[in-house]
Amino acid sequence: MSQASTEIIRISGHAGAVPGAGLNREFQVCKLVDTTTCIGCKACEVACLEWNGYTFTQTSFNNSYQTMPETAWNYWNLIKFNEHERDDGSMMLLMRKDQCMHCEEPGCLEACPADGAIVQYANGIVDFQEAHCIGCGYCVTGCPFNIPKFSPEAHKVFKCTLCNDRVSVGLEPACIKACPTGCLHFGTKSEMKELAEFRAEQLRDVSGFADAGVYDPAGVGGTHVIYVLHDAKNPELYGGLPKDPHIPYSVWLWKKPLKWLGNLAMIGGIVGLALHYLRVGPKKEEPIPPEDRGPS
Amino acid sequence: MSTTDTVRRPRTTTDFDEELIPRYSFVERVNHWFGAATYSYCLITGLAFWTPYLYWLAAIVGGGPTARFWHPWFGIFFVVSQFLMFLHWGGDMEMDNDDRVWADNIKAYIENEDDKLPPVGRFNWGQKLYFWAMVGSTILLLLSGFVLWYVEAVPWSIHILRYVAILIHASVAVLTIGLFLIHVYMSTLLEEGSFASMVHGTVTRAWAWTFHRKWYYEVTGRSRPKQ
Repeated sequence: MSQASTEIIRISGHAGAVPGAGLNREFQVCKLVDTTTCIGCKACEVACLEWNGYTFTQTSFNNSYQTMPETAWNYWNLIKFNEHERDDGSMMLLMRKDQCMHCEEPGCLEACPADGAIVQYANGIVDFQEAHCIGCGYCVTGCPFNIPKFSPEAHKVFKCTLCNDRVSVGLEPACIKACPTGCLHFGTKSEMKELAEFRAEQLRDVSGFADAGVYDPAGVGGTHVIYVLHDAKNPELYGGLPKDPHIPYSVWLWKKPLKWLGNLAMIGGIVGLALHYLRVGPKKEEPIPPEDRGPS
Repeated sequence: MSTTDTVRRPRTTTDFDEELIPRYSFVERVNHWFGAATYSYCLITGLAFWTPYLYWLAAIVGGGPTARFWHPWFGIFFVVSQFLMFLHWGGDMEMDNDDRVWADNIKAYIENEDDKLPPVGRFNWGQKLYFWAMVGSTILLLLSGFVLWYVEAVPWSIHILRYVAILIHASVAVLTIGLFLIHVYMSTLLEEGSFASMVHGTVTRAWAWTFHRKWYYEVTGRSRPKQ
C-alpha cells in the first residue's frame, strides 16, 4: 500500500487536470489454477517444499498418482488426482492443485482465539503468524477446505502463505514460478478472473465442455485462489472441492449469538447474585429450639 | 425481609448449639478443593479462549500456548475429582419427595424464608441439582473436549464432529460457569458457615439444625419430633 500513499492528487500552479489523479490501483492478488491444462507433474509441490524450507517426509500411498491423502502441516501444496469415469464411459484424470484458498471471509480467522495468530492482508492473503499461534486447532474447525494442519512437533498450525514473503517483494509464488505448462497464473484478482472466464468460455465453445466454469465461491466472499474446471457443476469431483463452501454454521453460532448470550448470562449472573445479597442478605444459623436439644 | 427476621428471632445460641459435628471427611475436602482448583484453571484458560477481551487471562497462567497445553490436562484432573465426588456423595444426592416439595417452594429459599421449606437431608435440592448438572456437564465437556484436543485426529470425512463438539463444549462450559457462580456465592457469602465447613470439615449443631434438619436428626441420633 506504500505506493498508494504517494499518489499525487493535487499539484500547485498546474494548469488542467492532475495526471493520474483518478488512478485506481488494484492490490488484490489472485492465483489462477487452470485444472484443464495441469499435467500433474508436481513441480509446484516440489517448489513449495523448497521455497518454504521443508524436506520430503514419509507418506502413504493409495494406488493413485497423488503424493499423499491430503495436505500436511509441512506439505502445503498437493495435486489431488481423481480417475473420473464420464457418462460416455471414457476416463478422465482430474487433477487439482490443492492449497489454501485465501478466502475473502476466512473461517480460520473467524474461529481463532489467539490475538494476532491469523492476519488478512489488504492484498487478500490470509497468513498464519506462528509466533502468536497457541495450537488450539480452532482454525481447523473453521476452515471449509480442510487446509490448516496441526503440527504435533511444533504444537502450532501451518498452511500455505501464498508465498507472502515473495509476493511482498514483487515476486510470484513459488508454485507459479515452477509450473511448466502455464496452468498456474498469478496477478490481480480482476485480471485473473477475466483470464479464467475467457478460458472457461473457450472450453465451453471450442473444447466441448458445456459445463466448464470458474470456481470463485461466493459463500466465503470469493477466494484469492480460483480454479477453471471442466465441470464447474461438480467441483467435488476435483479432490473434494466443496460446492458451496462457507464458514461452518456452528462456528458462526458459537462466535456470534452464543458468545454474546453467554457474556450476557455471565455478567447478568454476577450482577444478579450481588443484587440478591444486597436484598436478602446472608442466611444465618438459628438457635436450636429446646424440643430438638434433648436426648432422643 | 431479613431485617424483620432479625428482629423476630434473637440469635442467642447456647454452648450446645455451637458444638461441632463432622460434615465432610478429610478426603472429601481435599478432593473438593482439588476439583475447585482444576475447574478454576479450566475456567481461566477457557475464558481466555472464549473471548478476545479476556485473552489476557492466558498471560497470568503462562501465556496462550501454555494455557492451551494444560487446559485439557486440567480438564482430565477435574474429571477425576468429579468421579471421586460421585463416589463420595452420589448416594446422598438422590432426590426424594421432600426435595420435590422443596423445589416447588424454591422462592421461599431465595427470599431467605427457609422455615417455610420442608426439612432437608445432608444436601438440599439445589445442591443435588448442582451436583447432577455438574456430573452431566463434565461428561459432555470430556467427550467434546477430546475432539477439540485432538482436532487433527478427526478425519475430514467426519469433520461434522468438530462442529458439534465446539458448540457443546462452549455452551456446556457457559452453563457450568453459571452453576459455579451460584455455588461460590452461596457457599461463601450467602450461607454462613458453609465455606468453613468445607475447610474444617465441621459445622455447628445449630447450622446443621437450621439448614439440614433431617441430616441433623440423623447424625445426632435424635428422632424427628412428633408433628
